Amino acid sequence: MTETPALHQNDERIKSRSRFREALIVPELGGICGTILVFTFFLLTAHESGMFNAAGVLNWSVVSAQFMIIAVGACLLMIAGEFDLSVGSMIGFAGMMIAIFSVNMGWPMWIAILVAFVLCLATGALNGWICVRTGLPSFIVTLASLFILRGLTIFLPQTLENKTIIGGIREAAEGDWLAPVFGGKVLTGLFQWFGEIGLIATFERGVNKGMPVVDGIPMLIVWALALIVFGHVLLTKTRFGNWIFASGGDAESARNSGVPVDRVKIMMFMFTAFCATVFATCQVIEFGSAGADRGLLKEFEAIIAVVIGGALLTGGYGSVLGAALGALIFGVVQQGLFFAGVESSLFRVFLGIILLFAVVLNTYIRRIITGEK
Amino acid sequence: MESHLTPLIQMKDIEKHFGSVIALAGVSVDVFAGECHCLLGDNGAGKSTFIKTMSGVYKPTSGEIMFEGRPMNFADPRDAISAGIATVHQHLAMIPLMSVSRNFFMGNEPLRKIGPMKFFDHEFANRVTMEEMRRMGINLRGPDQAVGTLSGGERQTVAIARAVYFGAKVLILDEPTSALGVRQTANVLSTIDKVRKQGIGVVFITHNVRHAMAVGDRFTVLNRGKTVGTARRGEITPEELQDLMAGGQELVALESSLGGTV
Repeated sequence: MTETPALHQNDERIKSRSRFREALIVPELGGICGTILVFTFFLLTAHESGMFNAAGVLNWSVVSAQFMIIAVGACLLMIAGEFDLSVGSMIGFAGMMIAIFSVNMGWPMWIAILVAFVLCLATGALNGWICVRTGLPSFIVTLASLFILRGLTIFLPQTLENKTIIGGIREAAEGDWLAPVFGGKVLTGLFQWFGEIGLIATFERGVNKGMPVVDGIPMLIVWALALIVFGHVLLTKTRFGNWIFASGGDAESARNSGVPVDRVKIMMFMFTAFCATVFATCQVIEFGSAGADRGLLKEFEAIIAVVIGGALLTGGYGSVLGAALGALIFGVVQQGLFFAGVESSLFRVFLGIILLFAVVLNTYIRRIITGEK
Repeated sequence: MESHLTPLIQMKDIEKHFGSVIALAGVSVDVFAGECHCLLGDNGAGKSTFIKTMSGVYKPTSGEIMFEGRPMNFADPRDAISAGIATVHQHLAMIPLMSVSRNFFMGNEPLRKIGPMKFFDHEFANRVTMEEMRRMGINLRGPDQAVGTLSGGERQTVAIARAVYFGAKVLILDEPTSALGVRQTANVLSTIDKVRKQGIGVVFITHNVRHAMAVGDRFTVLNRGKTVGTARRGEITPEELQDLMAGGQELVALESSLGGTV
């Protein structure tokens, strides 16, 4: 190795690229543009409706955080080259399991929550194991789990209680040490103080007189932020993240280079299941009940948020931050239409249109990256 | 590194049978450090079976493999790789959507400890990738450039540079020039030359005599699972090599018996 590195200048094979064009090639591009667009739109049309005061911000933040939690899981799984269509059913299933364990069977809440987590992670692992073992598309395998889990979620409460909604969870969670991790609020003291100094509005009458309208940050938002940070660091800063990209980019090449592709995929299925269960737990503790129809269509909303965030449906490319922005766009638009007084069914029209735009944009970016025609 | 006395790898009378099919019927090849040994043969001559035996994918039915003077018995390709035998297949094990530096270290990611956590050391990976690629004569736009934007020849070079960086002593190149244009072929051949000068033994599989003559030190011709012969550079003309490869009269006889359908 005595040869000194020869320095070539201006290799004609390297086309020069403008800084601007370079900056365009980030997976988050769609998400960033969309976020700016959506906020500009609602600042102009709904600023007087209370959408941007403390209570309004909390309102769309909570909805966005819900989307973010499932989007992070779906994002990492999609980059690893797989889908999970059973996310929505798993949300319903996890919530129902917590309700049955804690209310019907009278277990302590923390045991109910932990057992629900174990059940869902096992289901995720089974989904992944079937996919890597049989080589079947995860689309079909998880479509099967979508129906199986949803069916069980309706069947179990009907058999046990003769109804499809089980309440009484808030009472069961009373005094439990684990429940506040999902249903509690943080920084309540700070918000109390904000109320006292007049930074945020306080209730003027009623039992809550003098209390700030927003009395803390729900744990749901904390979970969303924590999962985003975890997912982003895992994907971009660790060896495992490189394996996720590699497994989704080309499983065969990755295997030839010594990447444990099957293990990576199964673990990502489990992570998706984990995110769905976090969502479900926060939801049942907040609502105080579990319903058999909870989480309906969530799997598609998660996938749309991820695609708006710049991930390729074919795997191997994407960003957790992008997916989080996709989820933010979702939450802001869904609640913003309400604040702006627009018929809420238009939200679905919007979803369809923005999904189409995102996919077209992603295909274009992919061509720039890979130099394909 | 210049040990011309013992070959890096020596394959003696290798035979490989698949059931009743005799794929290799006695092939002997040795490779010294710093030489480019070209393995020529037409399709079906047994080149692929032979390199798979050399890289530990197949166990020979009979014959002996000596690596650095010691008899070797590879249980699987991982053994061969950790011993220092790297194979760059036509299917390159590169992921187009990932950056050059992420591809370069795929499966061998450098780690940096921060507290109890281990992180991918991007700084190190990017620096090494740029250095190694420059050494091979390829100027990247940046280490984060996607492999998909590289030409076929450049991708070959990344794969070769990666194998060399991770300690290959013997580098097996499986038809690296077969799908490339003239310019790209020239680039890959010059990469082979650079690698050889670093003291690595290169096994260059091809059926293109001109590519072989351009960089080869020795030439071994395989035909119908046997070594037809080994010649040094200067001892043989391209025409003779071509004739050996085609199997001389045998092939002509076969061709006429098939009524010119081949």
